[in-house]
Amino acid sequence: MSKLEDLRAAAEKQWAEFSSNEKPRVMVGAATCGLASGAGAVIEEFKAQLQKAGLAGKVELVETGCIGLCYAEPLVEIRSANSPSVLYSKVSPKDVEKMVKEHLIGGEPVKEKAIAVMADEEYKGIAPFRQHPMIALQKRVVLRNCGVIDPTSFSHYLARGGYKGLERALSMSQDEVIDDVKLSGIRGRGGAGFPTGVKWSFAKASQNDVKYVICNADEGDPGAFMDRAVLEGDPHSVIEGLMIAGYAIGAKYGYIYARAEYPLAIARLKNAIAQAEEAGILKNKDGFYFEIKIKKGAGAFVCGEETSLMASIEGVRAMPRPKPPFPANSGLFKKPTNINNVETLAAVSSILREGGAEYAKLGTEKSKGTKTFSLAGKIERTGLIEVEIGTPLRDIIEKIGGGCADGKKFKAVQTGGPSGGCLTAEHMDVPVDYETLGALGAIIGSGGMVVMNEDSCMVEVAKFFLGFTGNESCGKCIPCRMGTQHALRILEKITSGEGELEDIERLKKICMTMKQSSLCGLGQTAPNPILSTLRYFEDEYLAHIKDKKCPAHVCPKLVHFSIDPEKCVGCTMCSRSCPTGAAHGAPKQKHSIDPEKCISCSACYQACKFGAVQRD
Amino acid sequence: MNNTQSKKYDFSAYEPKREYLVAALQDVQDSEGYISEDAVKQLSEYFGISRSDIYSVVSFYAQFKFKKPGRHIIKVCKGTACHVRGSGSLLAALEERLGIKEGETTPDGLVSLERVACLGACALAPAIVVNEKVYGRVTLAQLQKILEGLK
Repeated sequence: MSKLEDLRAAAEKQWAEFSSNEKPRVMVGAATCGLASGAGAVIEEFKAQLQKAGLAGKVELVETGCIGLCYAEPLVEIRSANSPSVLYSKVSPKDVEKMVKEHLIGGEPVKEKAIAVMADEEYKGIAPFRQHPMIALQKRVVLRNCGVIDPTSFSHYLARGGYKGLERALSMSQDEVIDDVKLSGIRGRGGAGFPTGVKWSFAKASQNDVKYVICNADEGDPGAFMDRAVLEGDPHSVIEGLMIAGYAIGAKYGYIYARAEYPLAIARLKNAIAQAEEAGILKNKDGFYFEIKIKKGAGAFVCGEETSLMASIEGVRAMPRPKPPFPANSGLFKKPTNINNVETLAAVSSILREGGAEYAKLGTEKSKGTKTFSLAGKIERTGLIEVEIGTPLRDIIEKIGGGCADGKKFKAVQTGGPSGGCLTAEHMDVPVDYETLGALGAIIGSGGMVVMNEDSCMVEVAKFFLGFTGNESCGKCIPCRMGTQHALRILEKITSGEGELEDIERLKKICMTMKQSSLCGLGQTAPNPILSTLRYFEDEYLAHIKDKKCPAHVCPKLVHFSIDPEKCVGCTMCSRSCPTGAAHGAPKQKHSIDPEKCISCSACYQACKFGAVQRD
Repeated sequence: MNNTQSKKYDFSAYEPKREYLVAALQDVQDSEGYISEDAVKQLSEYFGISRSDIYSVVSFYAQFKFKKPGRHIIKVCKGTACHVRGSGSLLAALEERLGIKEGETTPDGLVSLERVACLGACALAPAIVVNEKVYGRVTLAQLQKILEGLK
């Protein structure tokens, strides 16, 4: 790959220029989170203001990936020669003029918008990025480039050590590569946690002239977005990992199966594949030949199961099949196939670049390396993080995430999506690793963490998940098809105040049947949210069944809203917030709630500033 | 179905192999917003797959619709994070104001209302998508503005 050496020399020059402060630059986070928070309008305003200030063409405007501080989006970083680089949060178009005038031209950071300075030392009272509470405890391996490089730039990736892992792999034998991955100790990050090196050795051992490697980018867990951020922010790292996997098992063809709901990720991947082809890395006829096709998923959660995903690529209904035969022997188009998740492959690039032993230094005895998590739900700092496996839950929720939002009381964190379970306040000091979470009835899963507070009803959460898995069940095997429906019906009965004590036993029985006899992971793990909430929050189930109360005031049939005429001042806040017109009244007159129309959404309760809306 | 003129689809970008069926369906879905009877017939001829077999694929995946959608499509995210942050109220409000249920289209063909499993914008929950544009931290007040902007 001598051509790559030349490219890298040029790329390093480009990167040095990009990372220096000499050329003024405005960088706007433009991944999905940024765009959803209004980054598009901020970019347009910067264009206009730079034009107005006569700086168009002199100041470069760059769109970057996700740095993970989603709560603070839209994020803007400004670099100029006259001050250290500063990161600004929650930037709106009306802040832009001031930033251009004061920072870019005057060299004076706009303090009230600044969140961190991209330097080692504090600058004018702005703390360094490394010390930001959401960043300080992180260990970024997979996310090392996200939000740092321009994800559409091949040079940036190359200059940051990109494709060195592939070069090292190609200088080794296939078995040496597999041994290095085994040495790293990495386990599949998609959810099941199977050791990656071992998986590769099965596919390598399988004899066939055609083999496939597949990247599972069909991130279907509701509440998880780690893979999206990696694909959007550092697409080459996934391509490099897929190529290394291809080389190790002896496959020339790779597929990336990506969700159709992630259009930006797909666009970034296509761009990166074209760049790698042009550079002679992909479709290299003189060395290791490898080609990649992108397949767009069509919306089926069951594709998280590998045999379903392969059926989907083949163009049929995505239904799983019994194993064996395992994909390593008979997979896609009946050829030996290896499937890994996005995060696993991105980590593999780093493992091969730095060596498996280096990666194995991170994490715990049995769970090596780092894991990304998406923090969402009722937590102060939502976003994407990466920590060493074994980090205490408290560090993740309280130190990194800033604790519960709005000063409410923490109740639980749901991990692993519809296949997972919950951890409660008593688990705050446990290390987050595969073994510990497994023993507690939760899982690391793909890394979604959704925080619940006192306003979340755990029975309703279980019902939500069963509604989801019931919808997504492919219907092939009876335990899953019927089990999800029956369990859901019982949960609906309980949350409507019609539950009986026997329902708890019925639920447990259905759950065990599903776990033991479902065909694939979807049905086997679908009961986990029920079992886990029963384990830690049985009192909430009992309150619904015995007292006909929803302690969190969530379940519509068990909570009633009314307006206390003594306290109502007729400010109309409740009627304006009511989605169904149930809360009504003329201005300055006493309001009331029509129980027929009320859907118990709590909007009026939250809107009322006088405590006049009562709920029981 | 009163399709007076039938459209000729061009699938020549794909080899007539089964593995390209889903991609060809996605193209039809993207350009027309749904999979018509006519499209299934022509896909069947091009790929040499029976119509019932193609229907089995179309009906399996959430992305494919059988009915022509409205001019604007509102998708409400019902992922976990959005759910705990109140996307249920957003959906209820939209159903109330549009006078339709999720999965339906307003009688004037202006708006279709859908729910999606997860948009991956969990950090900005609750999120909705209006014609491919993602809106984060959506409030009921903002919803009203978005609806007013649809013509």
